[in-house]
Amino acid sequence: MLKKISLTVNGIQATLEVDIGESLLEVLRNRLGYTGVKKGCGVGECGACTVLIDGMPVDSCIYLAVWAEGKNIVTIEGIAKNGELSKVQKAFIEEGAIQCGFCTPGYVLTATAMVESGKKYTREEIKRELSGHLCRCTGYQNIIKAVEKALAD
Amino acid sequence: MYNIQGYFEAATVNEATALLAANPNLTIIAGGTDVLIKLHHGQIEKAALLSIRKIKSLQGIRKLEDGTIVIGPLTTFTQVVNDPVIKDNIPVLAEAALSMGGPQIRNVATIGGNICNGATSADSASTLLALDARLKLQSNQGERVVPIQEFYLGPGKVDLKPGEILTEIIVTPEDYQGYGGHYIKFSMRKAMDIATLGVAVICKIKEGNIFADVRIGLGVAGPTPLRCREAEVFAKGKVISRETIAAIGKLAVKSTRARTSWRASKEYREHLVEELTRRALQAAIVKAGGAEIA
Repeated sequence: MLKKISLTVNGIQATLEVDIGESLLEVLRNRLGYTGVKKGCGVGECGACTVLIDGMPVDSCIYLAVWAEGKNIVTIEGIAKNGELSKVQKAFIEEGAIQCGFCTPGYVLTATAMVESGKKYTREEIKRELSGHLCRCTGYQNIIKAVEKALAD
Repeated sequence: MYNIQGYFEAATVNEATALLAANPNLTIIAGGTDVLIKLHHGQIEKAALLSIRKIKSLQGIRKLEDGTIVIGPLTTFTQVVNDPVIKDNIPVLAEAALSMGGPQIRNVATIGGNICNGATSADSASTLLALDARLKLQSNQGERVVPIQEFYLGPGKVDLKPGEILTEIIVTPEDYQGYGGHYIKFSMRKAMDIATLGVAVICKIKEGNIFADVRIGLGVAGPTPLRCREAEVFAKGKVISRETIAAIGKLAVKSTRARTSWRASKEYREHLVEELTRRALQAAIVKAGGAEIA
């Protein structure tokens, strides 16, 4: 069963026919080519597929593509502007918050939403905001430091 | 790709109930964070879905003039956590909501879905149970209101008759005004985990040191979320002391029907009920204006 949807991804409008059973993750990766959105667990536990939907971090693997009608989606491909990395991305590099990089797009998007909220976060709150992401390489400390740095800038 | 055989979308409650009456096999979907995972794991097969996510009247939280709080079932956990009505009047529900899943899940998962799934571990359920919440259910035959205590029938089974949808979660002023509450979720990980045990306690204090009312809601202490009536009856009118609190914790265990699962043994869960009921009650006493009991 196909349904036509229009959505904005990284500022670019797209209209396409999707199957009712397709997740937003599948449409972003397979149909629109945003392979920076990673598929991890597929059940909303690892956070690798996180994208921003109208500014909010959401697991795109358990979000139907048809629900994205009229929504504004941001993936990791939409974070650097004119070839320049965002301050979150720079902080991740400076703090060594990356190893294999599979979890990184999700982390960067959640951290971007935190920076854009303009709120102040305690270290505990930072941990809580990042708790929907799993990283088995860096061991979290450098990621927390990177987010603290991006929030402080 | 999810195996979805059909997809309907309703814009109003009447539309939804008419669609349900015409297609009794539809699975209602709201935030999708449980339904899609069940589809993924094959617990639901070949679902035809009825999406209610666009129904405006089911969204948001409002406080009526008489103090009654009406929570729309489509309210997301993030909205519950940040809602001023909840924060000012029943902060214990915000505590429970914040313990559910992780941020990405809370941004889409709905409180109505959490209740209607019938999971004993539902983080909002034990608190709503302690608050004596009532649920308004509507079908194309009309509507009825049931106490949340009577809504849970068994594991994953709730009193939603064919064709019915949850339209309102209602908390009346006499069930929250003057109460202080505390929720403790015990789980292996602080986020993204299902409760090994969830304890919601609300209490009201009179004359400075006497329990006017104590209500204890437990999750994962039996096949459904449950209340600890024996402990509650015992508590009423008692002077607040270490001994009373300890006795309430012991009595709470009597209401449970814990079982052994891979998460914890029956004995461990019973130990948690006793200890965490005590701790939650101690915190609730302070929030209800009582003195701290060490």
